[in-house]
Amino acid sequence: MQNYLVAMAVFAGLYGLMALGLNVIWGMAGMINLGLVGFMAVGAYTSALLTVRHATWPMPLGILAAVIVTATAGALVARLTAKMKGDYLAIVTLGFSEVVRIIASNEIRFTNGTDGISAIPGPWRGQVAPATFNLIFLGITALAVLIVYLICQRIRHSPYGRVLRAIRDDDQVATVAGKPVLRFKTEAFAVGAAITGFAGALYGHYNAYIAPEGFVPLITIYIVLALTAGGTGTNAGAVIGAALVVAFMEGTRFVVAGIPGLAAVQIAAVREFLIATLLIVLLRFRPQGLFPERHIRHRLPGAP
Amino acid sequence: MLPHVIEELPQLLVNGLVAGTILALPAIGFTAIYAVLRFPNFSIASHATMGAYAGYVANVWFGLPVIPSLLLAFIIPALSGVACDEVVMKPLRRTGPLTAAIAAVALTIALENVIRFFFGNDLRGYDLPVWRDWRFDLGFAFLRVGPQQVENAAISVAVMAAVFLFLAFTRTGKMMRAVADNPMLAGIKGINADTVARLGSFMGMGLVGVGGMLLGLDTSIDPLTGFRAVLSVFAAAVVGGLGSIPGAVVGAAVVGVGEELSILILDASYRTAVGFIAILVVLIFRPRGILGERAF
Repeated sequence: MQNYLVAMAVFAGLYGLMALGLNVIWGMAGMINLGLVGFMAVGAYTSALLTVRHATWPMPLGILAAVIVTATAGALVARLTAKMKGDYLAIVTLGFSEVVRIIASNEIRFTNGTDGISAIPGPWRGQVAPATFNLIFLGITALAVLIVYLICQRIRHSPYGRVLRAIRDDDQVATVAGKPVLRFKTEAFAVGAAITGFAGALYGHYNAYIAPEGFVPLITIYIVLALTAGGTGTNAGAVIGAALVVAFMEGTRFVVAGIPGLAAVQIAAVREFLIATLLIVLLRFRPQGLFPERHIRHRLPGAP
Repeated sequence: MLPHVIEELPQLLVNGLVAGTILALPAIGFTAIYAVLRFPNFSIASHATMGAYAGYVANVWFGLPVIPSLLLAFIIPALSGVACDEVVMKPLRRTGPLTAAIAAVALTIALENVIRFFFGNDLRGYDLPVWRDWRFDLGFAFLRVGPQQVENAAISVAVMAAVFLFLAFTRTGKMMRAVADNPMLAGIKGINADTVARLGSFMGMGLVGVGGMLLGLDTSIDPLTGFRAVLSVFAAAVVGGLGSIPGAVVGAAVVGVGEELSILILDASYRTAVGFIAILVVLIFRPRGILGERAF
């Protein structure tokens, strides 16, 4: 039971990281990313391929490589669609996550295909008891969330974050004010993608096993749900929202399994249905989330 | 290498054109909804699946032939499209097209799971008469054409012709084009935007449903049938020019033929990735698509 709770806390932390990443892209810069799970997969695969399958890099280097690769992928995707309406970014990101899955499933020599990659190293895995490993990883995840949270807070409260919000609210005004909108959008998207890739890499090292079917569009919905539940635009909301989403997902596991006469596939279907419906209901009735974004007022220097 | 390519080329071209003709229907649906409602409605994935299953129920459970089954494959997703737009999308469109796009992804997962709940994950096939393939000797190559393929393509062409006639000559068709072209001007002229939105969802999702069943006729269906086709549908719409109906037809032909020809250089499992590459190429070189964004 304790292991289970710790594992859920780790997952809450990983979803929290990805929700923080989405917050930079969607909450701060107002860009859409429907392919979050694709960036997560790229991060997970990059680190796994470099630490176990094709090389034996130390984990921190593998994770760093994952961050760099996903940031680059994010920058390319954003740059390509930056001049178009957001609809194109929606289509391209959704397509991106599918293509990542196709490549991961088919480049068998490179990624081991649908069998996935196993025996991905984890910090001190095998040297300590599994329960201790879980706790160590929870500590690492918590630290990662804290650091990324502080970075995101820094971005949000800096002049840079103000420009992002201006672009989100009206990019023409930002252009008129002389801000290089294209560069800001590309950078924000790259930062958000990098955070998502970072979380993906951690996921691989925690789970020890990754496979293409683990990276389905439903995960993107979890992340969007986490951010929407917490409050789009606020970093604390992203983290709290992720914890709530994991609690809700696990709660449905017990509740739905309690309904008599359902086959396993039906139980899974009901849970996915509930999660997707919850997102729609939230978007409709409480789009500002549980912790709405407050407008930050910065005191002018010299003002009382 | 070269003789081998020449031998395979006619077959691949024919297959590609047939695939493109079928792909054109959901692509028209997607692009028409975009033209009228101004957001990418990703729930086409589950509506295509819904059409495939509606047709399956008619065909296998009630023993109807293909054409009456297609009617059900049109009407069920069309009604669902209107209902979903009314209940889910319409209130969200006011918040912005991107919020609606996110909700559409959630909606497609919800609907897909409704289908999964009732039908499970098993592969299902239609009850079709077995025909022998026609073979043609072209001198330098052999061509095999399945009568079912030809029937699917013919049905698709007939439906497209009906759509074009509807848009070109009927009053409602003209209303839809007017709203797609300039919603504000259409409003001033007294065209009810809500009616047109409902019509757009009805027709668009209906076409998507028919496309879903036609895709399933070739192979088998499962709850992910629509989702697997979605990348090709996006590609067809973007390549032709998002929001342009003739563009969707041209785009579907390009993507269909492109996916088949890719077999010459890529592994067959990469077919769907070809659509994505097509999207990227178009966005780099001709962001408005081949025919631009004009609706008709």
